[in-house]
Amino acid sequence: MRVKVAIGLRPGVLDPEAVAIERSLKGLGFPDVANVKRQKIIELDVGAPDREAALTAARAMCEKLLANPVIESYTIDIA
Amino acid sequence: MRAAIITFPGSNREVDLARALEAATGHRPLSVWHKESELPDLDLIALPGGFSYGDYLRCGAVAARSPIMTEIARQAGRGVAVIGICNGFQILTEAGLLPGVLMRNKGLAFLCKPVTLEVATRQSVFTSGYEAGQEVVFPVAHHDGNYTIDAEGQKRLEDEDRVAFRYKGELNGSVGRIAGILSTGRNVLGLMPHPEDATEPLQGSIDGKPLFASLAAALG
Amino acid sequence: MTSSDSSAITPKTVAEHGLSSTEFERIKEILGRAPNLVELGIFSVMWSEHCSYKSSRRHLAKFPTKAPWVVQGPGENAGVVDIGDGQVVVFKMESHNHPSYIEPYQGAATGVGGIMRDIFTMGARPVAVLDALRFGEPRHPKTRHLISGVVAGIGGYGNCVGVPTVGGECTFHASFNGNILVNAMCVGIAHADKVFYARAAGVGNPVVYVGAKTGRDGIHGATMASAEFTDETEAKRPTVQVGDPFTEKLLIEACLELMARDCIVAIQDMGAAGLTSSSFEMAASGGTGIEMDLDQVPLRETGMTAYEIMLSESQERMLIVLKAGHEDEARAIFEKWELDFATVGHVTDTGRMVLRMGGEVVADLPVAPVSGASPVYDRPTLPSPKLLPIMGVTGAPPMDVREAALKLLGSPDIASKRWLYEQYDHLVRGDTVQRPGGDAAVVRVDGSKKGLALTTDCTPRYCEADPFQGGMQAVAEAWRNLIAVGARPLAITNCLNFGNPERPRIMGQLVACIEGMAEACRVLDFPVVSGNVSLYNETDGRPIQPTPNVGGVGLIDDLARMTGLALPGEGFVILMVGESAGWLGASLYMREVMGREEGAPPPVDLTYEKRNGLFVQGLIHDGLVAAVHDIADGGLTIAIAEMCLAGGIGATLEVPDDATSPQGWLFGEEQGRYVLAVKPEQVANLRSRGNEAGVLVREIGRSGGDALNLGGHVPISLDEMRRVHEAFLPDLMQAA
Repeated sequence: MRVKVAIGLRPGVLDPEAVAIERSLKGLGFPDVANVKRQKIIELDVGAPDREAALTAARAMCEKLLANPVIESYTIDIA
Repeated sequence: MRAAIITFPGSNREVDLARALEAATGHRPLSVWHKESELPDLDLIALPGGFSYGDYLRCGAVAARSPIMTEIARQAGRGVAVIGICNGFQILTEAGLLPGVLMRNKGLAFLCKPVTLEVATRQSVFTSGYEAGQEVVFPVAHHDGNYTIDAEGQKRLEDEDRVAFRYKGELNGSVGRIAGILSTGRNVLGLMPHPEDATEPLQGSIDGKPLFASLAAALG
Repeated sequence: MTSSDSSAITPKTVAEHGLSSTEFERIKEILGRAPNLVELGIFSVMWSEHCSYKSSRRHLAKFPTKAPWVVQGPGENAGVVDIGDGQVVVFKMESHNHPSYIEPYQGAATGVGGIMRDIFTMGARPVAVLDALRFGEPRHPKTRHLISGVVAGIGGYGNCVGVPTVGGECTFHASFNGNILVNAMCVGIAHADKVFYARAAGVGNPVVYVGAKTGRDGIHGATMASAEFTDETEAKRPTVQVGDPFTEKLLIEACLELMARDCIVAIQDMGAAGLTSSSFEMAASGGTGIEMDLDQVPLRETGMTAYEIMLSESQERMLIVLKAGHEDEARAIFEKWELDFATVGHVTDTGRMVLRMGGEVVADLPVAPVSGASPVYDRPTLPSPKLLPIMGVTGAPPMDVREAALKLLGSPDIASKRWLYEQYDHLVRGDTVQRPGGDAAVVRVDGSKKGLALTTDCTPRYCEADPFQGGMQAVAEAWRNLIAVGARPLAITNCLNFGNPERPRIMGQLVACIEGMAEACRVLDFPVVSGNVSLYNETDGRPIQPTPNVGGVGLIDDLARMTGLALPGEGFVILMVGESAGWLGASLYMREVMGREEGAPPPVDLTYEKRNGLFVQGLIHDGLVAAVHDIADGGLTIAIAEMCLAGGIGATLEVPDDATSPQGWLFGEEQGRYVLAVKPEQVANLRSRGNEAGVLVREIGRSGGDALNLGGHVPISLDEMRRVHEAFLPDLMQAA
């Protein structure tokens, strides 16, 4: 089963790269740009019998490695 | 003093650290591969700088899940001194042995240069050789040294006198200009700058020597 | 059609492979038949300019390559030079110009990775990287993007691998607008009795593939149009090579671990043209044959053809001939480091390269002609016109001396490169004892009191104005920079960057530069031990300035005797070694202040250069000087300003009455000169030593205060100098 995990910074955590992107976009003539956020998308196949099992596995992967709960949150999408 | 340096795939300052430890103690530290799951009786466990697992995913994230880290956590719990420098610091935060996280430098660029730090506490086996408030020069060499922690966590670090080193000026965006912190038990130190590369006159600074001398004095 | 079918090789296919019809006829003659597509691909890369040096080879032979301290000259992965105590230094410089222009981050990163592999392939631990960078005009629309990508790529790779980037150059000129130069030099240290070569030997010995998997990276674009690629066109497009410094770091550790055992017969990295060049070079050097089964090659993508596997330029891969029976021992090491390890073939005595895939022979070529019988061209040359000398300034200069000094100090070529080198980890390994910003970087030989002095040098504007003199100057400046830090110059590597050699004027530049370099190497006992050539650096008929970059290596026997350029304090006497005649032709003063690129470059007198250099070397050896700096771009004024800035102390410089033009005295770029700072009580001694040696030693000023005083002109404060010197790159890179 194909799993898509999106990891982003939790609200309130400063993301210097997003700030830089926002600044550049404004400089390039997009003055109304605001609230730029970046996410990491990790796609993977899991050998799970059903969606529920795949979700459980993906959640465990996020907790164990893929996301750092100190600063990051994640969403999971199962195809 | 019996010291071990843990090597992960991608560690690259283990040579510098071994040399500084050997100069201070007279003994070559043990080199331990990250796949080991047990450590002998030790006085100091050191996690060197580098780019463990290429720092892919997040700095230190993959290394923090190495087999050796469970054993390090156990030893740290028993009071064994643990030092993590640069990538070692990142690994210790990822492993939950120190609070907070190291994010990308505010200026987004890798930074390699000597910086002036203030020794913020001398209440530890790592810093007892300095005067409180003493200014020291260590080089930094990092891309992700921007120490981040929530306000409550920061207050706790300050209240408990657990900030070990602070940048004298703004460097990378770290909260409270924090460059290094101690664990609650004060036996785990994580810091971004490199005291191991400031131990000989030819390196341009010998301000890192007291750190290793403190360890040698405290741990025998 | 299959890859082993030769019927579909049309003149168009041949042309797309960059081969001329004469070259194709030669191939048919060698094989006694037409090649199939795989074979044609192999010929095209082996006979490319990059691999075969067909335009330059007969001229490269002019370089002196031998000296008692040279262990291995050109022809191997890198040069090897003895540094005593059973150790050798291994080094080479290589270009990655075209890829860096197309994709600056990955181009520069893979350039660094490739040159590191050349070094550890020979059994050496890489200890330093230097980069010679040439960009277009600072304000050209592409320049900022290129700088930021190249610098991030060099840092991203070198920092991760843990090899310090300790020096190099970064200059700017409009001729590089469409063709930047990214030349990376790597230096390593090995045990003299543990140097590995690429000579396949021992019939039946296994040929193993280690490192990263093979993908479709960097396969020559032109060949993609050929008939073989009909389906999945999009997926099969050539891709930019992507570097993985983490894998490189593992590969270094694994290879060095294997090299410490007694398992390896030959080893070669897969650089340009990947598996093709590595296998052919090993077989050719060993005078053997190799048989490979391409089904065993670890692949990253599905459906790869023999053609793609042989031409892939995927990074971080090596080919090794092991001693038979040592596969398991070697495999265990690579598995520990989580790297691929596959036995892909074996050594034969047939002198042929036989490649199989899917049970079918897909190529069967004689090794020697493919490697050794590539065409060698004696291309016609046209000499560059001789330009006239320009001495001093006639008429009123456009600005006064103070303003001119500041203008030069802040000009792109002279301005501080701090913005750049602070993004490189130049300290890792703890042995960097002279950091970027001086005459030469110095890296301590681990565990000893010895140091390696390292520099890269070339002045493209001199080479353009007079290729022969410019070639001599590049070598002489490298030699001088090594002398200035207290080293004994040992040998050089080089990277020759030129335009299209099929144009006689460009070919004339190449030949004259080589001849000038060769002459300087000979007189200065400074042989060439490795090198690389990059041609066709031109866009729309506009060639780059000829840029034969020189990478010099010297040895400091005792680091206690190392010197730097920083003025050490107040009250030191400043001496100049060498003579000034006010030579402003092709100088930075002429370009930046007068706004003209005119005149002949300062001539190089090699006997004089050598005499002055050995004189300074003797003074350093005897501990008589407190600071040394060579005089180069911007002349005496800039040399002293740099010494002031490095030491944080001012200086007063007298402009002699007999100077024909103060501008000429202050900014002229005569060669073979040094500035020394010495204690007052040493002056008489130094003068008499100068007299004995036939070297002119002139007292020109004193250190002290917090400003630079140039004769009777308004002083320039250190703060103002520093501000101007440090502003250029940060301002350029911040400008939106």
